[in-house]
Amino acid sequence: MIHQYKMNGYNIVVDVFSASVHVTDDLAYDAIHLLDTGMGEEEAEKALRKQHPEASDEDIRDTFLDIQELIKANKLFSKDVYQKAAGYLKQQSTVVKALCLLVAHTCNLNCSYCFASQGKFHGDAGLMSFETGKRALDFLIENSGNRRNLEVDFFGGEPLVNFDVCKQLVAYARSIEKQHNKNFRFTLTTNGVNVTDEVIEWANKECYNVVLSLDGRKEVNDRFRVDKAGHGSYDKIVPNFQKFVKARGDKNYYMRGTYSHYNTDFTKDIFHMADDLGFTELSMEPVVTDPSSPSALTEEDLPILYEQYEILAKDMLRRERDGKPITFYHYMIDLEHGPCIYKRVSGCGSGTEYMAVTAWGDLYPCHQFVSDPEYKLGDIWHGVTNTKLRDEFKECNVYSRPDCQNCWARLYCAGGCAANALHSTGDIHGTYEYGCKLFRKRMECALMMKVAEAEMAESKAASEDAE
Amino acid sequence: MERIKTLTETTYQETQEHGGCGECQTSCQCGIANQACEN
Repeated sequence: MIHQYKMNGYNIVVDVFSASVHVTDDLAYDAIHLLDTGMGEEEAEKALRKQHPEASDEDIRDTFLDIQELIKANKLFSKDVYQKAAGYLKQQSTVVKALCLLVAHTCNLNCSYCFASQGKFHGDAGLMSFETGKRALDFLIENSGNRRNLEVDFFGGEPLVNFDVCKQLVAYARSIEKQHNKNFRFTLTTNGVNVTDEVIEWANKECYNVVLSLDGRKEVNDRFRVDKAGHGSYDKIVPNFQKFVKARGDKNYYMRGTYSHYNTDFTKDIFHMADDLGFTELSMEPVVTDPSSPSALTEEDLPILYEQYEILAKDMLRRERDGKPITFYHYMIDLEHGPCIYKRVSGCGSGTEYMAVTAWGDLYPCHQFVSDPEYKLGDIWHGVTNTKLRDEFKECNVYSRPDCQNCWARLYCAGGCAANALHSTGDIHGTYEYGCKLFRKRMECALMMKVAEAEMAESKAASEDAE
Repeated sequence: MERIKTLTETTYQETQEHGGCGECQTSCQCGIANQACEN
């Protein structure tokens, strides 16, 4: 399977099952397309001559020779040989390597679009005790097998509402990690309201990454991200985040915004965060909500969103050329050292190697399943007792999703998000088609940027040689 | 311009032999493609 598209003046051909990305001239682009329609080479040659009367016989012959070489090298029209790899990681003895600790089922903001119903997950408010958190960390170590890197996310609700317990849990983990030959990596996702000097110092010492929630422009952020009295949070959180990021130096962080039907011009929010606020690590995610909600993205929004993603990619290339790059998380793609094929077919690991722990110690496949009793896996004292459900998640991969079978981007997304699939189709093996459309567009943009960056590197090297 | 220029050297097939250690970061769609393999 291949995928061909044109963007920003480039003809790009993606070979789905080899990971090869090719840039071609018009002649080769059309020749590959003719072969992809099922034509034999002789027939394709004739058709190509008609399409390109300006091309010489030699050019046409050489084009097909080049294509044949790539086919022989398994870099074009390569076959799908990975079905066995699906499930390999998950068929190994079940290990848990990451936990999302919902340390606070409450929040100091009242965002109307919150998937967790303002932090309470459609249930009671509550805070995780140190004893429960400690048991969760012990559960993780006990069930992590020979995995050395263990990840723990402080999440909510707003985790900093329960900051003392976060600190105690990190101290506990640090006190036991060496004896178990483990490396704990903590991350914090926060709305910024309770970010103090003490939080900054602690997070910069202990947290491998921090995710800072901000939707961009003041009027956009304050439409949804309001406090209990209905006041916007922008003026409160932006100075906190700026101080946080400045103190963080070169450690990982990213600004994580949500865009909705109200700001389909979301690149303006990204550029505001970059140009006016000084943030360089950025992410803006499409809202996933009830389709009847006025904030829900619509089919009519799609062409606008596609254009926005292209605007962003081209602008990021300009910034790179100007020596002031920004990072957009969905455009970070490592073509040479990316994940192995096992990871690419098996996805995020929710429900198997990654789980969410509620403040009361219950286990769910991930933070987006919390509060749905059908999806309770067990608890941190008795482990996974609903093994049937865990087995169902083990089977979640690109080969178990019928909708993925004809998708060129499936080895970049690994089948998508089980929670989004459940909420949009009622089945964790379904696909959230709207999200798929946006994902494919983002991948086209990310790959185009790689092509442009390679071209930039080449011309830079050439000009250095000339000097 | 070159007729066909291939940007990538590594193929998925090559990761089939040595991959599968499971030490990489958990990813939440962010997205599989953006993480570098830790090994």
